Formats: sequence, C-alpha cells, structure tokens
Amino acid sequence: MRLRRTLTRALPLTPAVALLLLFLAGPIAYCAYIAFTDLQLTGQAHSSFVGLENFRTAFKDDAFLNAVWLTLVFTVLSSLVGQNTLGLALASLMQRASKPVRTVVGGIVITAWVLPEVVAGFLLYAFFRREGTLNAILDWLHLPTQNWLFTLPILAVSFANVWRGTAFSMLVYSAALNEIPKEITEAAEVDGAGGWRRMWHITLPMIRRSIGTNLMLNTLQTLSVFGLIWVMTRGGPGNRSQTLPLFMYEQAFQKSMIGYGTAVALLLLVVGSLFSLVYMRLLRTEV
Amino acid sequence: MPVRPTAAPLLLATLLTATALSACGSGSGSDPDTVKVSFKQSTDNSIRVMDTYLGEMKKEFEKANPGKKVELVPIKAPDSEYYTKLQQMLRSPKTAPDLVYEDTFLINSDITSGYLKPLDPYLDKWPDWNQFVDTAQSAAKAQDGKTYGVPDGTDTRGLWFDKDIFKKAGLPADWQPKTWDEVLAAARTIKAKVPGVTPLNVYTGKPAGEAATMQGFEMLLYGTGDGTSDPLYDTASKKWIAGSRAFKDALTFVHTVYKEKLGPDVSDALDPNFPTTVRGELMPKGKLGINLDGSWLPQDWLKGAGHEWPEWSQKLGLAYMPTQTGQAPGKVSMSGGWTWSIPAKASNPDLAFKFIETMQTKANAQKWYIANSGIAVRKDVASDPGYVKAQPGIKFFTDLVASTHYRPAYPAYPKVSTAIQEAMEGVTTGDSSVDKAASGYDEELKTATDNQVIRK
Repeated sequence: MRLRRTLTRALPLTPAVALLLLFLAGPIAYCAYIAFTDLQLTGQAHSSFVGLENFRTAFKDDAFLNAVWLTLVFTVLSSLVGQNTLGLALASLMQRASKPVRTVVGGIVITAWVLPEVVAGFLLYAFFRREGTLNAILDWLHLPTQNWLFTLPILAVSFANVWRGTAFSMLVYSAALNEIPKEITEAAEVDGAGGWRRMWHITLPMIRRSIGTNLMLNTLQTLSVFGLIWVMTRGGPGNRSQTLPLFMYEQAFQKSMIGYGTAVALLLLVVGSLFSLVYMRLLRTEV
Repeated sequence: MPVRPTAAPLLLATLLTATALSACGSGSGSDPDTVKVSFKQSTDNSIRVMDTYLGEMKKEFEKANPGKKVELVPIKAPDSEYYTKLQQMLRSPKTAPDLVYEDTFLINSDITSGYLKPLDPYLDKWPDWNQFVDTAQSAAKAQDGKTYGVPDGTDTRGLWFDKDIFKKAGLPADWQPKTWDEVLAAARTIKAKVPGVTPLNVYTGKPAGEAATMQGFEMLLYGTGDGTSDPLYDTASKKWIAGSRAFKDALTFVHTVYKEKLGPDVSDALDPNFPTTVRGELMPKGKLGINLDGSWLPQDWLKGAGHEWPEWSQKLGLAYMPTQTGQAPGKVSMSGGWTWSIPAKASNPDLAFKFIETMQTKANAQKWYIANSGIAVRKDVASDPGYVKAQPGIKFFTDLVASTHYRPAYPAYPKVSTAIQEAMEGVTTGDSSVDKAASGYDEELKTATDNQVIRK
C-alpha cells in the first residue's frame, strides 16, 4: 500500500528523471568512460580502452603541470584575492554611501558582470593590447608602456576576471551585511571599537557562511573560465596563460586527442573538489 | 484515502516522456533533393570570394537540375577551428553535410577515421577526371589506394617583396636570393635603411597553425637537402625523422629572424589573426619588406574582394625561395590544396558528386582558379592562355609546381605539425634555445606518432 503510494507520487517525476538520465547523467558517464580510452577526433579507425594511460601521460606532461600551476595562480589571484576582497570592500563601502553613489557604483560593477564573456574579453583585449587604452594612459603619464598581453599574460587575464566577476561577490556580501543587526554594530561603536576591529570581530564572523558560499561558487566559476582567456590570449604567448580549460581544449580539439582531453577534464574536477573541501573545513560553522 | 493511480496520468507521463525524447531525434532532416555543402568562410568579412563562386554554381546547378536544391552551409572560422567543427559534423549522419571542403593536410586523418566516402565508382564514370594532373589525382588518395576527394586547385609558395621598400634600401628590383643567408642579408639591409617597416615575415607558432608549419618551417626544412628525400618522414623505414641537423638548421633560421628583430613584433606574430593582417593591412600599406607566403595572396586584392588593390602587381616582386646553401635543385616550394569530398554519412552522395561535376567543368574550374588565385590542376586549363594571362604571378607560381614538395600525408601529420609549431614558438619567444626546442620536438614526435621515430 505504502509502496504503491510512493510509486504513484513519483509518477509525475518520471519524464524529468528520464530526461535528466538521458541528457545529464548519460553524457557524464560517457565522459568518464572516454577518459580511459584513446579516442581521437580524427586519424584513427577504432578507439580502445587504455586504462590509466591518459592520467599517467598527464602527470609526465610538462604542459599539463604548467597548466595546473597557472590555473592555481589564476584562481588564487582573481577569485580568492581579487573578486572576493574587492567585492567585500565595495559592499562595505556601499553600506555607508549615499543612494546616488550606491546606484552609480553598483550599476557600473554589475554592467561588467552581465556583459557576455566574449564581449568582456574583447573589451579587456582592447584595454591591454599594445595600442590599447592602458598604454595610452601610461603614455600620457609619461610612464613606460609594454605589451601587457605578451609580457604578463596571466596577470592580464586575472585582472580581466576580477573586472568581470567582482559584481557577484559584491551582491552576495551586500546581502550578508544587510543581515547584520544594527544594534550589535552600534553597541560595538559605543564600546569604542574602531572600523577595523568591528570588521574583524563582528562583521567577518557574522557573515562567515556567506564567505564560504561565495568563495566556493567563485572558485568553481573561475576554474572553468575559458572564453575570457581564449579571446584575450588563446593561452599564449607560448603557453604562459594556458590554464586547464584551455589546455583541455587544445588537447581534445586542436590535437584531436579527445580521450586525453577528457582525462584532463576529470582532473580539473578533482582540483575543484579539493578547493571545495578546503573551504568546507576552514569555514565550518560550529566554532 | 489513498490516491489510486488511474490510467490518465500514467498515459500522460509516458506520452510526455516519449515526445520529449523523440523531439531531439530528427534534428536536421535530410531532404533527398537538397545537397548540403559545407565550406570555410573567411574570417575577414570583406572577403567573400568563395561565397560568390559557390552562389553562382548553385544557380547553375539548380537551373540544370530542376527540382534539386543546393544549400550552402558556411563555417566561419580560422583554419584550425574549421577542421574541428567539420570533424564533429562528420561523426553523425544527423549533422554530416553531403559535400565538404577538405584540406589535403587533414584528409588522410579523416579517411582513417572513416569519415569520407571513396569516390572511385564516380570517378571511373567521369571523363573529366583524366584532365587532372597526376599529383592532383593522388592528392586525396589514401593508403588503401582509393581516392577520396577531387582537388579544386593547388598552391605553391615563394617570396613576395615590396619594390618601394627595396628601392629605399638600395636592393635590386629583380631580387632573387640564392641562399638563406642572402634572404637574411636583405632583411638586415631593410632593417638598417628603412625604419618603420617589418623587414621579413616568416609565419610562426601555434596561433598561425598550419600556416606556420607550411609557409614558414617546411619552406626552410625542405630546402636543406637535395630535394629528393623527405626530411620529415623516412619512406624506407616508414618512420618520422627526429633529431636531424636539417631540423635544427630550419629552427635556427626562425630563431635568427625573431632574435635579430628582422621579423614582426613577436606579440604580433603570435596573434591568431596575423595572417589576415599581413594580407589585408601590412602588404597593401607597404609596411612589409619580404613575405614568405603562398600563391593565393592576390585573391584578397582582386576586384570585388575586400581589400581591392589593383596596383599590387606593380608594387610587389616575386622570388622563389632558395635552398639552404644554393645547392641543387636551387629552389624550393611546398604544395597543398583543398579537395571536395563526400562524407561517409552523407544522405545524398550521388547528388553531391553531380554538384562536384558542375563545379569542375573546364570553364567553372578555370573561373575558380582565377577567382581564388589557385594553381590549375587541370591540364586543359593550365595550357589555356586565358588562364595563364589572367593574372600577373600565375606563371611564376605555376612554374614552381616542378620543384614543389607535398607534405607527408599520413594520419599523424596534423599532430606532427602542431609539434613543429610548438618548437617554432619556443625559439620565437626566446623561451627555449634551438637545441631545447628541437629535443622538445623529438619528445612530442614520439607521442604524436606512437613511437614511429627514427634518428638520422
């Protein structure tokens, strides 16, 4: 009787479940399988199962290790340090700002965020390139100019990602800061705590959960940034801005090694989960 | 009171699932009277040479075959991304077009994958096939002896130079270097005497893709020997050649060009759209002294093309690329080209071949060679004065066919090519020395060819 009722209630879900299995779980399982084969996009009649060969190749491959390193640099710089800190700073400042200032600043930051990735990429490319805006400004200030996309590509794309993604952190932190009861802050003020101390002892502990959520979402998003870097540098010059997603694309679609590319994709998944685990441990709510 | 499952929701759920699943099953729907033709559209919006030509062919074909239609499916992408997209389309009957434009550099790879259909039954019944020169007939011949494509012309490569810049630098208007050193010497002279121009362009690095390998590196590499043996692939042992002196010599040339700043600024050279910049901006504006490039350049400067530049034939001179030290045969050129092929999963192969026949009549082939600055592969066109005199430069580049080389057309070639680009990029940026880049290539070569490597 009970079972039958459960089954009956599950009935309306069947189409959704079937679709999910077909279009989500299916491809994911297929992907995981491909990672253990030597499947190629072109140039082979049959693919075969090769076990852990792709993963062994990856860890011996300097280009892969370079991509892992650059991915870490890119993520730490642009997500952990850049977007996160800047987002919190903007949100705190906007708490105290007047309404018109809030509207204007918020508007600008959010515009950068809603732009399509490719458009943002081109804008930043135009900003950093040799005849670009940044060099024009430096020139006007009589400072030395250089081709930023060539000399410091990973910094340039990290900056671009900060420019584009800060809005998200700002929105999360604005919401979190609004949740803090005024009485507490006022009490601290009466007790003579300065701005920094209030930040450190009251604000941060109280928005701890939002920090965790934001870091997690931000990191996962940044790990998979492709379009922005592709438009700005294509992972070049050489492979000095080739993060894992770009490396994956190159192996799978430019060198036709779908199997190897997919294996790298799984490794990227591992990197993402490691970050998530660290955040979860660091930000456990029970102190 | 428990809810009883009635037939209605059950039926509804089943129906919903069924329709949802079948809705994505019949995406493209192949119409037996329509030929779908995929081709590569230039990334430069002002260049529509191929679109125009195919548009004319479509009209002619539809007029001659009432009730039949041609659907053109342009793929707008740089070369390397065009291949990727095409290969993905070829994997499924749902997305495979009826006719595809294949680069001979990749065709063997695609044949091995089983993406293409052998055309022999059609070619046997097609009298015009005998008009194609031997090298063209074997351009798309696979290791199984079957033919998988009909070439629409070929190409050769040489040195284009700017006569004004040469005059300012005090170099002769009928310049013809005899050795690599003479090419470099001319570039150094330009650098010293004509400020503000790029002395010599040699394509390099991964962003330029096959252009770097073929127009750049192989034009050097194939000029190191006596012109009879292949410096990349040893036919006797059927293995790829690693660690050769010739390879390092060619890399050294590239290294010298960029180290001495005789070439474009490194960051420009590694811009993926640089080949377009060279043809559309640098050359017409007289900003490039010498360009090691292909026979097809004028297609962008013809009437109706994006960067009309009718004066090019007075402004530019042509010289063949010399061998390394001037040893026999003295000149070197590489040839490639594109073919029309029919995917194995095409729905209308017969109609597709009919469209090839329309495009490859003598008159239409001639029209295409001239429009896209191609080199004729039909004997009757090659000897037609109307073709030979159609454009300055045609004779120069057609004569190079005698001393040209073809790339080793094996499935591993595209990966070998990428390995070459990486080595080039290393010495271009100065990230690696010639020796280090060459040993990096040797490592990559093992991976790319499943250890089919020989040291020479």
